[in-house]
Amino acid sequence: MRALVWIVAETWQATVAAAAAFLPAEADVTLLYVTAADAETVARGARYALLGRSHRPAAEPLDTISEQSARRLLADAQAVLGRDAVLDARSGRIEHEVVAAAGTADLIVLARDQDYAHRGPRSLGPTARYVVDHAPCAVLLIWPDTPSG
Amino acid sequence: MPAGLTLALSLAGLAATLAVAVARPPWLPEAVVAIVAASGLVAVGALNTDRAGEAVGHLAPTIGFLAALLLLADGCRRDGLFGALGDVMARGSRDSPRRLLALVFAVASGVTVTLGLDPTIVLLTPVVLATATRLRMSPKPDVYATAHLANSASLLLPISNLTNLLAFTASGLSFTRFAALMLLPTVAAIAVEWVVLNRFFAAELGRPPGHEATPAAPHLPRLSLTVLSGTLAGFLAGAPLGISPVWIATAGAAAITVPALVRRTAKAGDVVRALQPSFLVFVLGLGVIVVAASDNGLATAVRVVLPGGTSLPDLLGIAAVSAVLANLVNNLPAILIITPVAVASGPAAVLAALVGVNVGPNLTYVGSLATLLWRRLLRAEDTDVNLGEFTRLGAATVPAALAASTLLLWCGVKAGL
Repeated sequence: MRALVWIVAETWQATVAAAAAFLPAEADVTLLYVTAADAETVARGARYALLGRSHRPAAEPLDTISEQSARRLLADAQAVLGRDAVLDARSGRIEHEVVAAAGTADLIVLARDQDYAHRGPRSLGPTARYVVDHAPCAVLLIWPDTPSG
Repeated sequence: MPAGLTLALSLAGLAATLAVAVARPPWLPEAVVAIVAASGLVAVGALNTDRAGEAVGHLAPTIGFLAALLLLADGCRRDGLFGALGDVMARGSRDSPRRLLALVFAVASGVTVTLGLDPTIVLLTPVVLATATRLRMSPKPDVYATAHLANSASLLLPISNLTNLLAFTASGLSFTRFAALMLLPTVAAIAVEWVVLNRFFAAELGRPPGHEATPAAPHLPRLSLTVLSGTLAGFLAGAPLGISPVWIATAGAAAITVPALVRRTAKAGDVVRALQPSFLVFVLGLGVIVVAASDNGLATAVRVVLPGGTSLPDLLGIAAVSAVLANLVNNLPAILIITPVAVASGPAAVLAALVGVNVGPNLTYVGSLATLLWRRLLRAEDTDVNLGEFTRLGAATVPAALAASTLLLWCGVKAGL
């Protein structure tokens, strides 16, 4: 069984804990993190608006900031998972990248991504809903917190 | 040469300079194009040498002022100020995305007001991105806030935006009167950004806090904070004493640069690069080109569309026209084009134009002439760009901020601030 565990920064611990609890020992696990390119794009766009300024690149290129934080997050997640896993860091439109990665998996594990403190449809944001609707495999959808009401 | 032809040549020179500045071909620096275009306009008689000399003489103190501010910002970078501000925001956020956004608002507004728009975008934005990702929060609200506030918080002081610097001398206002009149409009613009961004990113900001390790206590660099507060106090105290702010800025730049040169923490080459000589030459060239275009008929055209009074509808009209022009041709040429016409209606009209060119660019980020080229550039670098989100957020903030800021500017003028 090939299992894809999609983590996001805010709820990775709960997702990894669920993966550790529910996935069979023989499953091939891939940990996936997708960086949304839009924050970098906003920062880069603001720089383009500075007409005539020096072309010298900034001390810290914007994309390496996200790359490094993605690698750190995946490493932390693997340590908590406590077993071998393929670490997959991607960048782009999040929902598209996750569905593409799920193409080769039998099961995807993901967390609710909006108002997950309360039970109800608002606990699924547009991104997770897209993944649930479009994933070509089975879906294990977890609550990051114990929800009320 | 017929007037129509000289105007056409001046506008062609302006368009070529702006196009190169946006497209940034590596083999053709925009400063070279600006100087060639400006010299060409003098050579063909669109501008006589006396008038060109007068324009350069008029711009030179502003360029010097800009150079001092560039050194001041670079000194703060070298001193580690921006990294330290990241630590302050990380620690102060206590794992709450909304508290982080509040701190980003405070820091981005503070940096923009005291050091200007450029350091906020070039030096603070990467720190904000790194801080939010380090705290494992969505960086989008914070990065949008920084990018927006670099424009909308840049109203307050003559040093907060190059546009202010370019219009400041012409406005005839003192440093303190400029700040007094722009205080309420700045607060209004920041308040609009706060309300809109909080609603727009409610999902990201409302996520329950995570449980990440508390960041270490920040070490704020003493030198840059001392020099910055000293320079700021100097600007405010110097105005009544008749000390030109350009000298205060020069003293601040020297206070942060000379010790670094003596201690060899900065090389002379680094300091020259921080001065961005090519940028200074570009601004000078652009200024001369705009004078040629204005003298040959552009000013007459601007007079037709720009309201001539200082009533509330007039000021709102000036702000709106300025915002549209800033989106068409970028805010730097926009303020150069509008200032000579707005000056005739007095300082309130110049300040309304500044509200327009400073807040306006948030509508499309780079202005539509530029957006075409920008999108081309982005396609090469980013495959997945959500321009719709930029535009929706711009449409939600810019008209409201323009109206609120201009209304409060008018109130300030009426109250005799």
